Amino acid sequence: MADIYTEEQLAKDLKKSEYKYGFVTDIDSDKAPKGINEDIIRFISAKKKEPVWMLEFRLKAFAAWKEMKEPDWAHVNYPPIDFQDLHYYAAPKPKKKYDSLDEVDPELLDTFKKLGISMEEQKRLVGVAVDVVMDSVSVKTTFKEKLSELGIIFCSMSEAIREHPELIQEHLATVVPVSDNYYAALNSAVFTDGSFCYIPKGVRCPMELSTYFRINEANTGQFERTLVVADEGSYVSYLEGCTAPIRDENQLHAAVVELKAFKNAEIKYSTVQNWYPGDENGKGGIYNFVTKRGICEGDNSKISWTQVETGSAITWKYPSCILKGNHSSGEFYSVAVTNNRQQADTGTKMIHIGRNTKSTIISKGISAGFSENSYRGLVRMGKGAKNGRNFSQCDSLLLGDKCGAHTFPYIEVENSSAKVEHEATTSKIGEDQIFYCNQRGIDTEKAVSLIVNGYAKEVLNKLPMEFAVEAQKLLAISLEGSVG
Amino acid sequence: MLKIKNLKASIEDKNILKGLNLEVKPGEVHAIMGPNGSGKSTLASVLAGREDYEVQAGEVDFDSKDLLDMSPEERAREGLFLAFQYPVEIPGVSNINFLKTAIAEIREHRGLEPLTAKDFLKLVKEKKELVELSGELTSRSVNEGFSGGEKKRNEIFQMAMLEPKLAILDETDSGLDIDALRIVANGVNKLRTKDNAVVVITHYQRLLDYIVPDFVHVLSGGKIIKTGTKELALELEDKGYDWIKEEAQTA
Repeated sequence: MADIYTEEQLAKDLKKSEYKYGFVTDIDSDKAPKGINEDIIRFISAKKKEPVWMLEFRLKAFAAWKEMKEPDWAHVNYPPIDFQDLHYYAAPKPKKKYDSLDEVDPELLDTFKKLGISMEEQKRLVGVAVDVVMDSVSVKTTFKEKLSELGIIFCSMSEAIREHPELIQEHLATVVPVSDNYYAALNSAVFTDGSFCYIPKGVRCPMELSTYFRINEANTGQFERTLVVADEGSYVSYLEGCTAPIRDENQLHAAVVELKAFKNAEIKYSTVQNWYPGDENGKGGIYNFVTKRGICEGDNSKISWTQVETGSAITWKYPSCILKGNHSSGEFYSVAVTNNRQQADTGTKMIHIGRNTKSTIISKGISAGFSENSYRGLVRMGKGAKNGRNFSQCDSLLLGDKCGAHTFPYIEVENSSAKVEHEATTSKIGEDQIFYCNQRGIDTEKAVSLIVNGYAKEVLNKLPMEFAVEAQKLLAISLEGSVG
Repeated sequence: MLKIKNLKASIEDKNILKGLNLEVKPGEVHAIMGPNGSGKSTLASVLAGREDYEVQAGEVDFDSKDLLDMSPEERAREGLFLAFQYPVEIPGVSNINFLKTAIAEIREHRGLEPLTAKDFLKLVKEKKELVELSGELTSRSVNEGFSGGEKKRNEIFQMAMLEPKLAILDETDSGLDIDALRIVANGVNKLRTKDNAVVVITHYQRLLDYIVPDFVHVLSGGKIIKTGTKELALELEDKGYDWIKEEAQTA
């Protein structure tokens, strides 16, 4: 009989599918010695030519971090991290200032081409301004002039600290306080760069703002810090995407992202995350411990998180919304794929404070191989959240029978006018679905991609067009390797 | 077009097909009838390449190629179509997208250029009229939330879109009311040419009033025990299967 594709075979093939973007760029880096202490923090701050208040911010965070314990409540397992065995600063050597793309390190440009994110193409095709963070230092910022005409600030965090200290001092760590959690405190102490975006009153940002993060230096913890502030009546759509080279040792990534939306403002934050997930035995891969939180500060404001998570060995991430303004709304749309030995514990928190606040949670987990995929979400309706509304839908899709899917919904309601709805489903990609596709001439690999993309469609539809295409490819890549 | 010789197949160590022979030529319509558990659906599944069945012996020649040596998708690309008895739902995947993918794969296999979006949509419009499928159903997810009748019509719509050489209709009439039955049968009839062939698997004679077969085969105990013309179907309707079984035993 011909090679007929079984679920077992599918699982085997999935295990073998290799990381598409595995390559290493060799750029001389300027590294801090291993370990973390006050001197290292002073080194980072000096290296970045920071004002004294920033150094003080960092030292305060470090003092808080030393008193804190690594959290262990997430549904993930990994060997203890030796925080003294990491480098906390690495920067590509600033060879030159770039006036045009021709002057950018060709090797760097080549890397972007391999990733399919060449800046020329980006510029020409989609008109996206890209602020590229390569190992902690912003290499190139484009479209800045056009944005600055509208009064929009979009630059690296280092630059923002130097050029816009009043904005940074006003907003930094106001959504995620320095001592919010273990990793946020660590980030606050040692963050090396990130992006800052400010949209002034009444301005609608005319393009999708986009940052590509890359982790490139072996054993370098990456601690980006992102702050997006949308002033009254403004709108911005922010894209974040990442891929990383194959590495043998685990790399820690602990970013902090803060969003602030004032009265009538809207922030849409989209992420496609594809860091190296480790090999089929779980060796290598990124530890992704991220704190993402937005606050709907003013009335009628809106924050929307959309994420497609396919990479990382371990993901610990809960993009959340604090709905403080009356009539404000928060959204969380997520697709999380885990394969092989990947572990993901991800979800959201919707904290309803203001009246008539609304939140929507759509979470789609896809587990394959021996992976563990958990949704963890909190919906809290505070006393003042009169007529608060939440709808949550958490679906899990399983490929094979060695993987796990878990749902941990927490609901806290403190007033009787609030309504919270929760729906959850778990399903398996059926052999009969795959056979049905096969019988129409579609091979198993494409069938899986079709079925998975169909399952995740509600979330993918929320992504900006050009990102959605990339995300679909990523879903297929991370589950590929299945020619029967 | 299709030559089945001494086909033996089992599922979970249970022998179902026990030496089945059948030949289908281009332009012909064959009906396969038989009592429950006689192996009708097994035959359809084995021909389409469903993995649960194990072929123990026999040969199947499809257009001078060894059918049993091909993967399910290769069989489909070579022009074998199975209208499922229980069509599968694929949430989130639109009918249109599903068929676009299928047609692209089939055309690539045959060395044809991909259809342009315009030609594809023209084909959709033309074919859905054949089975009186509403515009809304083609843009909805594959079979999701379709009624039984809509699912069966969708199968025939897919068949029309994919233009197979050999179509196997596995109890396509089950669960259809008389109007839906007529629509489905009309669709199939309009798709008939001198170059393609249809194998209709059914319990009941009534479908054969609409899709008139050239041959009627009676499948019982994993073998074809009698072959006749459309009159045989009427006789079966009237007298049941026992007399044929007895006849076969005494022969």
